[in-house]
Amino acid sequence: MEEELFISGRNIPNIDPSLEVWHWPISLYLFLGGLAAGLLFFAAVFYLLGKDKKYPAAVKVSSVIPPIALSIGLLALVYDLTHKLYTWQLYTTIRIESPMSWGAWVLLIVTPISFLWTFSYYREVYPKLENKLQVFKRLKFLNGLEKYIIKNRKYLAYALIPLTLILGIYTGILLSAFNARPLWNNAILGPLFLTSGLSTAAATIILLSKKKKEKHFFGKIDLALIIIELALISHMIMGYFAGPEVQVEAMQLLIGGEFTVMFFVFVIILGLIIPAILELIEIYGYKTPVAIAALLVLLGGLVFRFVMVEAGQITRYLY
Amino acid sequence: MRYAMVIDTLKCVGCSDCVVACQTENDVPIGYCRDWITETVKGTYPSLDLELKSERCNHCENAPCVRCCPTGASHIVEGGIVLVTGDECIGCGACIESCPYDARYQHPDGYVDKCTFCHHRLEKGQLPACVSVCPTKCMYFGDLDNPNSEVSQLLKKRKYKTLAPEAGTKPHVYYLL
Repeated sequence: MEEELFISGRNIPNIDPSLEVWHWPISLYLFLGGLAAGLLFFAAVFYLLGKDKKYPAAVKVSSVIPPIALSIGLLALVYDLTHKLYTWQLYTTIRIESPMSWGAWVLLIVTPISFLWTFSYYREVYPKLENKLQVFKRLKFLNGLEKYIIKNRKYLAYALIPLTLILGIYTGILLSAFNARPLWNNAILGPLFLTSGLSTAAATIILLSKKKKEKHFFGKIDLALIIIELALISHMIMGYFAGPEVQVEAMQLLIGGEFTVMFFVFVIILGLIIPAILELIEIYGYKTPVAIAALLVLLGGLVFRFVMVEAGQITRYLY
Repeated sequence: MRYAMVIDTLKCVGCSDCVVACQTENDVPIGYCRDWITETVKGTYPSLDLELKSERCNHCENAPCVRCCPTGASHIVEGGIVLVTGDECIGCGACIESCPYDARYQHPDGYVDKCTFCHHRLEKGQLPACVSVCPTKCMYFGDLDNPNSEVSQLLKKRKYKTLAPEAGTKPHVYYLL
């Protein structure tokens, strides 16, 4: 029998026996970044279509989530850096070839816009809170700013559409650009993470909405996104099958290997198939607990990011 | 100028002298290393082949670590040497993820560190520490652009391989077979 025995004299913390350089904050950030991108994308699109009255949860109510999600995400990102005091170095240069540089700059633009968007709806969405706090009466300069933003909301929305698409795709490309990690190195991960981000955003809108019609409409959107996501995942697996040996080995982590249960039970079945069935039943007019479907989509999206980040770091070239 | 290292796997005995020399020369923290020894036994019993190698950063021509670095801390200097500027590195780990050889690590001080081909010694006209101490003289260092250099001559005469050429990185550490 042909045998091979490999011994390495190297045993560096976090590098051997397999990489553990990116931890849970990265997975959490990828989830929150995708969610925020999706929410802002829907908000901008339906605002520009003039549907802010018809879909208030999508345009107004949910707008409170992106600033929080992006802030937590950014803190998580910085937390996972090992040379934190030098973080400002990201903003001394623009490196076209580095996905992380793209992400850093896009976040620098999207995060403040997400705060402005929420701020412009603050008085409308939280009238009771405003009566209590009287923020606009105490800080008078805010009135002018609020009026200015409301007048120019259209331009914010136009800017948000391309920016959120870049943000959503970048969360996938951040991983797929690494040729050295065969599990990540497939071109479909960008569109897949974007779709997943949009789907989790649609689920959040379903959870926040109080209007039946809006819930119904975003249930349909979510169903379409879930079907696209399932198609993209099967394409990803087909790509591994047809790929070089390292990718076939990488795929075995998801199919038959240590991440199989996490991937199939939490991501595919609980996170995609069951919510899709629940939403389908709802579309046909039967009463179903859509909130459960929405929560499962969010859970599936989160677990998917954890599986991809952790499994990807195990895969490598063997020589 | 294009620096390259050539290592004769037939002469290497895996003594780890290169590893210790590097750790001493470059003040590598305890528990870490910029170069390391690997041992591969291959074949069907009883005809087995043993290969010993001293591995390190390959100073790739198409370096994925330099491409993915968001701050430009990883960069290529004259002679094709890949270096990291500690004060520009934010410790994001992207270059570690991008390296098919896992040649980089996070220094306990936070920045990313790896083999420099002993750039500071080359500037003084000395050889890298690992090459200069090798007791079997299995390591050679020189300029590939000069056809008369020892490394160019060896690669002309002998059979050789590079590590994971399928990763497309065009490594510049060569192993004589």
